[in-house]
Amino acid sequence: MAIEDDVLVVGGGLAGTTAALAAAERDVQVRLVSYRQSTLRNASGLIDILGYTPAGDGPLVDPFEALDDLPTGHPYERVGSEAVREALAFFDGIVGDAYAGAHTDANALVPTHGGTVKPTARYPTSTAAGLASDDRDALLVGFETLPDFEAPLAASHLEAAGAPFTARGVTVRFPGIVRDDAKVTRYAHLLDHDETVETPAGETTAREALAETVRTHLEGEARVGFPAVLGDDRADAVRADLGDRLGVDVFEVPMGPPSLPGIRLEDLLYEALEAAGVRVTTGVPVVDYETDGERTNATDPERIDRVVVDRNGAEVPHRATQYVLATGGLVGKGVQSERDGVFEPLFDCHVPQPADRYDWFVDDVFGDQPYARFGLPVDRDLRPLDAGDDPEFSNLRAAGAVLGGYDFAAEKSGSGVSLATGYVAGRRAAEGCR
Amino acid sequence: MPRDTEVLVLGGGSTGCGIARDLAMRGLEVTLVERGNLTDGTTGRMHGLLHSGGRYAVSDQASATECIEENEILRGIAGHCVEETGGLFVQRPEDSDEYFQEKLEGCRECGIPARVLSGREAREVEPYLADDVARAIEVPDGAVDPFRLCVANAIDAENHGARVETHAEVVDLLRDGDDIYGVEVRHESGPGKRTHASPGTTEEITADYVVNATGAWAGQIGAMADLEIEVRPSKGVMTIMNVRQVDTVINRCRPKGDADIIVPHETTAILGTTDEEVSDPDDYPEEQWEVDQMIDTLSELVPILEEARTIRSFWGVRPLYEPPGTGTQDPTDITRDFFLLDHADRDGVAGMSSIVGGKFTTYRAMAEEIADHVCDKLGVTASCSTADEPLPGSENIETLEAGMDDFGLRSPVARRSTQRLGSRASEVLETDEPNPVICQCEGVTRAEIRDAISQSGSDLNAVRIRTRASMGNCQGGFCCQNMANELHPTYDEETVREALDELFQERWKGERHALWGEQLSQAMLNYALHATTMNRDHDPASATGDVDFAAFDGGRTASDRVDGTQGAD
Ligand SMILES: Cc1cc2nc3c(=O)[nH]c(=O)nc-3n(C[C@H](O)[C@H](O)[C@H](O)COP(=O)(O)OP(=O)(O)OC[C@H]3O[C@@H](n4cnc5c(N)ncnc54)[C@H](O)[C@@H]3O)c2cc1C
Ligand SMILES: Cc1cc2nc3c(=O)[nH]c(=O)nc-3n(C[C@H](O)[C@H](O)[C@H](O)COP(=O)(O)OP(=O)(O)OC[C@H]3O[C@@H](n4cnc5c(N)ncnc54)[C@H](O)[C@@H]3O)c2cc1C
Repeated sequence: MAIEDDVLVVGGGLAGTTAALAAAERDVQVRLVSYRQSTLRNASGLIDILGYTPAGDGPLVDPFEALDDLPTGHPYERVGSEAVREALAFFDGIVGDAYAGAHTDANALVPTHGGTVKPTARYPTSTAAGLASDDRDALLVGFETLPDFEAPLAASHLEAAGAPFTARGVTVRFPGIVRDDAKVTRYAHLLDHDETVETPAGETTAREALAETVRTHLEGEARVGFPAVLGDDRADAVRADLGDRLGVDVFEVPMGPPSLPGIRLEDLLYEALEAAGVRVTTGVPVVDYETDGERTNATDPERIDRVVVDRNGAEVPHRATQYVLATGGLVGKGVQSERDGVFEPLFDCHVPQPADRYDWFVDDVFGDQPYARFGLPVDRDLRPLDAGDDPEFSNLRAAGAVLGGYDFAAEKSGSGVSLATGYVAGRRAAEGCR
Repeated sequence: MPRDTEVLVLGGGSTGCGIARDLAMRGLEVTLVERGNLTDGTTGRMHGLLHSGGRYAVSDQASATECIEENEILRGIAGHCVEETGGLFVQRPEDSDEYFQEKLEGCRECGIPARVLSGREAREVEPYLADDVARAIEVPDGAVDPFRLCVANAIDAENHGARVETHAEVVDLLRDGDDIYGVEVRHESGPGKRTHASPGTTEEITADYVVNATGAWAGQIGAMADLEIEVRPSKGVMTIMNVRQVDTVINRCRPKGDADIIVPHETTAILGTTDEEVSDPDDYPEEQWEVDQMIDTLSELVPILEEARTIRSFWGVRPLYEPPGTGTQDPTDITRDFFLLDHADRDGVAGMSSIVGGKFTTYRAMAEEIADHVCDKLGVTASCSTADEPLPGSENIETLEAGMDDFGLRSPVARRSTQRLGSRASEVLETDEPNPVICQCEGVTRAEIRDAISQSGSDLNAVRIRTRASMGNCQGGFCCQNMANELHPTYDEETVREALDELFQERWKGERHALWGEQLSQAMLNYALHATTMNRDHDPASATGDVDFAAFDGGRTASDRVDGTQGAD
């Protein structure tokens, strides 16, 4: 017998969790099935809406103003700018104090670990004091054992970018880190638990030792930035504690994978799923589907009757009234490719693509890359469309990075599209159950 | 008139660096100029096969004999650049028995140790060989790292007093009547180590004798003094796999053909190659069918290649040459032997010889012959010692292996670092400073990166060829930035930014040819890390026009801030 739910969401990244939460608010039974870790572990944890237009204009001060001018087929154009605002408000409600930026429509400019700045709409509270669009002087602190962030270089880079304050950088040893290849989670753990550490001055605690190390380098700056390793479970307490000891505002600079701010967001979203009564199954892939073969007209799209989940070799059918496909893009493996073509592996939905593999890319690494736009075309109800522009299925919607027609990396629109389309897909799926 | 140097060598490939080392060791004053990085020409774009000679055992026995001799010498003097993998010539059912027999006899005639294995025995050595492989001949082929070997030659030349200038392009030959007496070079960022973002200069370098070792570009150099050198550049493609499907060099045992060799190389296996004449060694098409052909044809020998992940492809051009009038149609038929063209004898223009053709495997023997010729010209009597003196990194390799130190590193990192650095390992890796891993794929630590920077300046591609950093699966997506970070504070922010952009673009150049499956996903991840996480595609520091910071969200209210200031939003 199949497992039955009203809405079944495939994929547990930002898009899938948002879809599940948006559907669950409408009193339907929702299940989310997700296979591997989501892209959030790679992502910086920032919520970009739109930083640059598809033509490359920007950084945009107001992302919302530009939404109405996006080309037909862009995911934001599909759902409309009002839905983007609603989805963002929905997100603000879920994350509460963990994120900032809701007080204005304007984008913030956040310093990156490479020293550039980038426009984003919502940022973890841990980065709030670090905005490059804030004119207070800043001290950046890097660690000798963390080669991803060279603080003095990042500080000069910020200056070259024209940031309206003086930034200085110093590199110090992280007290308590004994192995040169310690993982970022080790740094976070030391601070979370305020472990006892050995310093030349004797035994002390991790936070005190770090504050002492930094104190001598302060030259009156009002804020101090660290790579994003300041705690995991107790990040707020760690930051507050360091701030109190140093008498400054402390912030984190977002980093590459594994990204603690991304992991913290993921944890928040999964707590929300639990609170909302969503049934969550992780670590297993959806591998197949069956249609019910019933349709009134031959031209009507088919209905998905059930999908098949592979639980360690056992094929378990899951049935729902409505389905949401949120399996991610090329990174999440919701879109895959072989030498002769790009495809969506689960439902085999149509993926527009140049026939010749050598037209999938351009020679400039940061040029207008066709591969970055690979994904599914959808109608305004977010139903994937076949090559003839008809819905592939009547009860399947797609959301997030699995969608095509936008280059999230160039536009800085990744999380925004996942939120907006996840939100709309979840709401519509719930409505479709009635 | 006093000259700047006795011998001026043009070209920093294996041939040029080999000649520079040889002459410097004989006590001559040598200057070498190279337009890009060392190995930027064909040397850095070859297949990495240290020939046993087996490949030429039927068609060209003189070359085969020279290969086996040099193969043995290089194992001795360049142990840290060579992996003794062994090689197999495998026969499929459709390949001729007669040729198999000729190959075996040819090997024996040339002194190449050769042994026949049954299909089953061959699959015991290499389990992924196709089930229908009938038999194989085992020969002492090896894998060689052309970057490490070429750089070691240059370092040793410098150790013997030579001046080596990279990023110094020859723009003119200095000719006075029938005498060539030097060159004019353009230094991309002034003489000495390269520093990005510093202005270029030109320099005239005069010499008693000029050696043109610019390979496929030799004709261009010749033309600067109205000399005609009929180089016939011929391109070949190589496709790199993400893992070593084989640990032995696999050759197809048939007369000649494209896509018939797989060479295990470090963590990868490299498929190759093709042979197609091109008109311009700097500008030729790099095409999809060439990559597809590598995979499809070599899958006949190793079927799992069909589904395997490739991480990039690259092309090189052979500096083939044949004397005027030979008129060979098919480039695969042009001899792989090398030619020493003395322009005094040939064109009545004294002061310069050109070297064209040849193979990487025999670079040392070529260099010896040319150095003899140069000494003869200059009336110097000094004998060659390059066959006996180990290269830097290969001294006392045995003692090194016996006393393997881990330098405080995790053992896989220590092992790989030590393999790369050879006898220089302790000099480079022993440090009191923290020494984190910068490139995870290849296990390259900060100390090794900094050592490379101290040799080559701000050029991260030069760091890459010395260390392999950014050459693994992620193709630099995760480590390019970290490599660039190590340039600071020796080099300033602007220099670091340019160096990073250059490396990232170079990595993309080869990765484009592997854009499907896992590697397309990797490419998207790399793109996202650099464009989304770091916004490097729209970096205000590099863009024209200023950003109006005050117009953006400046944070929240005064009560949120320690100093009570107000955010500007
Ligand atoms: C390196 C990087 C940095 C980024 N930085 C930012 C940033 O700074 N700001 C920003 O706004 N955006 C950023 N993004 C973009 C943003 O993170 C993504 O666009 C967004 O997270 C995609 O979410 P998703 O839910 O659509 O897909 P994913 O997060 O990829 O989730 C898809 C999920 O579906 C699962 N799945 C796939 N197939 C199946 C199956 N058959 N059965 C079950 N489950 C399956 C996967 O395992 C995965 O868990 C970044 C992205 C990357 C890669
Ligand atoms: C596809 C392919 C696969 C191969 N595989 C193997 C193999 O497996 N085993 C083997 O033994 N051999 C192999 N070879 C052959 C071998 O790579 C070459 O014979 C050898 O590397 C040639 O070295 P070189 O120094 O003569 O030329 P190059 O390495 O090309 O050196 C010439 C240098 O001159 C420089 N130069 C050019 N113009 C100027 C200028 N104006 N001013 C200053 N410098 C200039 C170039 O930048 C270049 O670095 C292969 C060749 C190809 C093409």
